[in-house]
Amino acid sequence: MDILQNNIAIEVEDLTVAYHHTPVLWDIDVSIEKGAISAIIGPNGAGKSTLLKSMLSLIPISSGTISFFGNPLKKMRRHVAYVPQRSEVDWDFPTTVVDVVTMGSYGALGWITPPGKKERKLAMEALEKVGMEAFANRQIRELSGGQQQRTFIARALVQDASIYLMDEPFAGVDAATEQSIIEVLRELRANGKTLVIVHHDLLTVKEYFTHVILLNVHTIASGPVHTTFTTENLQKTYKGKFNALKGGIDELIV
Amino acid sequence: MQSEIIIIAILASLACVIPGVFLLLRKMALISDAISHAILPGIVIGYLIKESLNTPYPIIGAVVFAMIMVVTSEALHRSNLVKPDTAIAVVFPPLFSLGVILVSLLASNVHLDTDAVLLGELAFAPLDRMIVFGSSVPKSLVKMLIIVIINLAVALFLFKELKVSTFDPILSKSLGFPPTLLHYLLMLMTSITAVGAFDSVGAVLVLAFMITPAATALLLTSSLSLMIVLSFGLATASSVLGVLLALRLDAGISGAISTVMGGFFILAYLFSPTSGMVTKMRNKMRIKNEYALSIVMYHLLNHSTAHDMARECSFEHLADQFSYPERYLKKIVNKAIEKGYVEETNAVFLITEKGKNEAILRTDY
Repeated sequence: MDILQNNIAIEVEDLTVAYHHTPVLWDIDVSIEKGAISAIIGPNGAGKSTLLKSMLSLIPISSGTISFFGNPLKKMRRHVAYVPQRSEVDWDFPTTVVDVVTMGSYGALGWITPPGKKERKLAMEALEKVGMEAFANRQIRELSGGQQQRTFIARALVQDASIYLMDEPFAGVDAATEQSIIEVLRELRANGKTLVIVHHDLLTVKEYFTHVILLNVHTIASGPVHTTFTTENLQKTYKGKFNALKGGIDELIV
Repeated sequence: MQSEIIIIAILASLACVIPGVFLLLRKMALISDAISHAILPGIVIGYLIKESLNTPYPIIGAVVFAMIMVVTSEALHRSNLVKPDTAIAVVFPPLFSLGVILVSLLASNVHLDTDAVLLGELAFAPLDRMIVFGSSVPKSLVKMLIIVIINLAVALFLFKELKVSTFDPILSKSLGFPPTLLHYLLMLMTSITAVGAFDSVGAVLVLAFMITPAATALLLTSSLSLMIVLSFGLATASSVLGVLLALRLDAGISGAISTVMGGFFILAYLFSPTSGMVTKMRNKMRIKNEYALSIVMYHLLNHSTAHDMARECSFEHLADQFSYPERYLKKIVNKAIEKGYVEETNAVFLITEKGKNEAILRTDY
């Protein structure tokens, strides 16, 4: 795909989003390099999830343009996978884990064609990658939070996109799950995929990410972790509240 | 005649089950009620055009009014001033009432009355006949057969699309299956089915056919495709039993079918092997008993050393120690004795070797 050769995977320009005429994102400019694994960081209510959702046209935007490899989302849907927060679907839906993961292949199948052996095999491979193969035939309502998250990630793997947007994949999962998720993300990056992840834990930013977008309604800073993830920028992002971390950024940088 | 009534009832139920399963999973059960009522003015207007129900006009009119219902209620709750269920409940009664007024004003001397709309006339359905391939068949049988075929085709061809847009609309959108389009397709299917079924089985039975078999099936299975198949089975069984029951009792057919369906639902609600109330209570009881057995044995194990055994391992002390009623405790201790975990000597309970191993096993989390 020639399109995907472009060095900039995602370009957000002058993005403003409002709920009931109150801006939640103001004049956002972000450009994300191909192959980067970027964290969106910011306090509660900073608009982190909103930024992901507006990139995906899931909510109306007031102004601005968003392009993926230089093209609007409409042309690029198949290349963009989204991993929502776990709470966004009904886990009582009557279906199995492997069935949910297979849904990731529906886009490539197009209308009417039902999934077959090939799609099921892809789903099983994705489940193996996230360490969930033993749960393939479980009812989704029996899953723990971490297992739900890994199911969602397996589904995104099956989508075989170029860009992965994930909303807090590490929220409420145990350390082992977090480790298995980060391994999958690193493998994706090694395969040239671009990842953008809403993240909460400042302590793991240095370890997990190459780039960081500091957000608090405005873009405070965005760029490579080593130049952008600084005490000064974090203080601007979290305003006064960041002083709570007494050791400042030095602790985080270790 | 009797077999024709049964076949019409089965076809109507199968037609209703297909949109019903998806409406239920989308938490839109109330929409089927609203649609089956709100289409009435459309049917009346469509009827008046040619003074007949056997033209496409009543169906077109019904679809138009179903869409008015859906779009208006959605616009209301999108305004954030009204909750979705309130929005539906506010919109459909005026539309239905408009239909009732139209019937009494304009169509009072014709074959269309509100009783028929609500309760149907399944018993008379075979009277209105047409010739198909040289043989005489009831018109409603042909009509329902066509709707069953359409609905089955939609469910078969668009199964994965309906499934993904029901489970995860956002994913559906990003995969290129617009959830709004599929939503309106489902609404269209619901209204065509409702208008097709209402004059033979009535609006109330349409609602029962759409929701009750699906709700019953959901208690029995956790697979969407199996849920649809089970709903078909339940709908068919209810139709057959309902018609036979009605003829035996000389009662209303729609009412009898609804009652049988309600009966199946209650049975599944109580006795479903996976999620029935009785099953759940039995599991709860079992867990409670096992837990009681574990802690009583663990207590006996802890005090199986000689010096405090006589005191700690008497029944009086156990009754003191645990908050269980004496009778229940007695039952638990007897069970432990029965299993060979505990022996009674001089009113003191001694834990056996077997019991020790079991107690350690049980408390080793």
